[in-house]
Amino acid sequence: MTFLSYLISGLSLGSVYAIIALGYTMVYGIAKMLNFAHGDVIMVGAYVCFFAMTRWGINPVFGILLAMAVCTVLGVIIERLAYKPLRAVPSLFVLITAIGMSYFLQNAAQLLWTPNPKVFTSVVGNASIKLFDGQLSISVIAIVTIAACFVIMAVLSWYINNTKMGKAMRACSEDKGAAQLMGISVNLTISVTFAIGSALAAVAGVLLCSAYPTLMPTTGAMPGIKAFTAAVFGGIGSIPGAMIGGIMLGIIEIFGKGYISTQLSDAVVFAVLIIVLLVKPTGILGKQINEKV
Amino acid sequence: MKLKRIICIAISLVLVAALAAGCSANEKKGESGAFKIGGTGPLTGVAAIYGTAAMNGAQIAVDEINAMGGIKFELKYEDDEHDAEKAVNAYNTLKDWGMQIFLGSVTSTPAVATSAEAFNDRIFSLTPSASSTDVTKGKDNMFQMCFADPNQGTASAQYIADKNLGTKIAVIYKNDDPYSKGIYNTFAEKAAELNLEIVSTTTFTDDSQTDFNVQLLDAKDKGADLIFLPMYYTPASLIFQQAKAMGYAPKYFGVDGMDGILTLENFDTSLAEGVILLTPFNADSNDERTVNFVNKYKELFDEIPNQFAADGYDCIYALKAALEAAECKPSMTASELCEKLIGAFTTMKFDGLTGDSMTWAANGEVSKSPKGMVIQNGAYVGLD
Repeated sequence: MTFLSYLISGLSLGSVYAIIALGYTMVYGIAKMLNFAHGDVIMVGAYVCFFAMTRWGINPVFGILLAMAVCTVLGVIIERLAYKPLRAVPSLFVLITAIGMSYFLQNAAQLLWTPNPKVFTSVVGNASIKLFDGQLSISVIAIVTIAACFVIMAVLSWYINNTKMGKAMRACSEDKGAAQLMGISVNLTISVTFAIGSALAAVAGVLLCSAYPTLMPTTGAMPGIKAFTAAVFGGIGSIPGAMIGGIMLGIIEIFGKGYISTQLSDAVVFAVLIIVLLVKPTGILGKQINEKV
Repeated sequence: MKLKRIICIAISLVLVAALAAGCSANEKKGESGAFKIGGTGPLTGVAAIYGTAAMNGAQIAVDEINAMGGIKFELKYEDDEHDAEKAVNAYNTLKDWGMQIFLGSVTSTPAVATSAEAFNDRIFSLTPSASSTDVTKGKDNMFQMCFADPNQGTASAQYIADKNLGTKIAVIYKNDDPYSKGIYNTFAEKAAELNLEIVSTTTFTDDSQTDFNVQLLDAKDKGADLIFLPMYYTPASLIFQQAKAMGYAPKYFGVDGMDGILTLENFDTSLAEGVILLTPFNADSNDERTVNFVNKYKELFDEIPNQFAADGYDCIYALKAALEAAECKPSMTASELCEKLIGAFTTMKFDGLTGDSMTWAANGEVSKSPKGMVIQNGAYVGLD
């Protein structure tokens, strides 16, 4: 029974990581940059939904939609202002800009909303389902998170493989120069990628804070880093990879805590990551790239 | 280029002049007939709840004493944002202002830094709430109004044993926080001595303070009926919520870091129903001085004072008592006051909001008995 409880906790935590990792991996796959501000867009999404629900009394569903809209606009603005001017320079510069953007968002949130923690009201309530005479309880939010994660992955995979914009994204991901020559607007494609990634971040923020309801300006930072790890674990750039990586990371973390030691859980997670990367340097589902000489 | 160099020289000259001005201001004494008291604390940032409360409490005491006639105080607080470096800057600003007595820093990390400065400058210092033993260690002029960390752990174990609150105890503590770990260590030691059974000990860190299912399941499986939580209230609020979701309802026992949980925005206070915490101050007490203080605080700041506010208030009254006992005058220099106050503090007895007949040891630690409080219907209620 303990095993099942751990498994469900792990799945639920892993699904949150997976949704965040989807945003990371998509932006990386298409724009070839690590958007470290992604974790902080999650925080902004959670704040927007929090204010919509508790201050203005808006229905949670509209709260999520509003958060998605705000994050989409924010994501596109961040891309325009901070990343687009740097498209021609080496990726290291963009990486540093992204870290700067992450700090900017955290500090702006501190100024706007004060650093005092707020308690997020779960969008689906705090109910839980009891099984086996109450020995095993599964919270509704865990089920919703796991379901949302699968739905988002399926829709994203379909979108990238079957729509015109999806095709443009794949083309940009393979070769930006060639894609441009074929008449694809690279700038538009990257903007759309950021828009989708940021809308997903809003959903991830709401689900993260529904499951673990403390909301602070630094709420997105640690899950953001864990999700980045998950994306690398699963093979960065691969959408099913991000999902597998996220869920595995969550499960390993919880099992590490439960069966090995609460003090060593992070060490266990990263030890597994190192072993995976030693065996498969591109991650679980990463593409094998042959160096062209 | 030349212009740039000239500007540079001009700026450095201005800075040197400012430094010189700072030095001369340093020698000023309290000429207005009032003792100049300075303090630093987090007035903004993550720990702002603690800093503003201590400042407000101290200010109420200063206003009361000034209205009485006799000794007069002038109080100035500077923001340190719970940061050691900024606290030292704030301390220097206060020194330039002519501070004669230092109220220390409100939180431990900055207090360790400012107490070293105050020790070198021979400025007497009494901190309302910096509980780490590093604040006072090896410094004869540093005193604390709050319990030192090790005492909290010992007192908690003693309280649980005396009141028979639990037979099987689980502890969850924050492994990378000296405050939490310090309390846990002394708690475990005392618990062994008192034959309290600790069935489950689990930890978390700054990086893993969201999911507590594993820790709670461990406690539940081992049949713990009381969980001891030596931590701040933010992770504690998550623990209450997750335990409820898994249908586990043990008793909870917290320390002073739990104080503040009811002011957490949008927090469902029913989750904290029945939580017991050990704090030196009980805002619900019928004691006349406490009632007056709580009413005044509510009127001025629109909230119920926590123990930090009461500690700040007590600091000012303790200083008043010591200054009177040692017959100090506002015209004395900081170092003269320092020697007299050290003598007064180690010999006097003080009755305050946070304890009766408090005494101070030469190492700066206070002795007072903690009060047990329980959260009922969203408010703190005294247990004794």
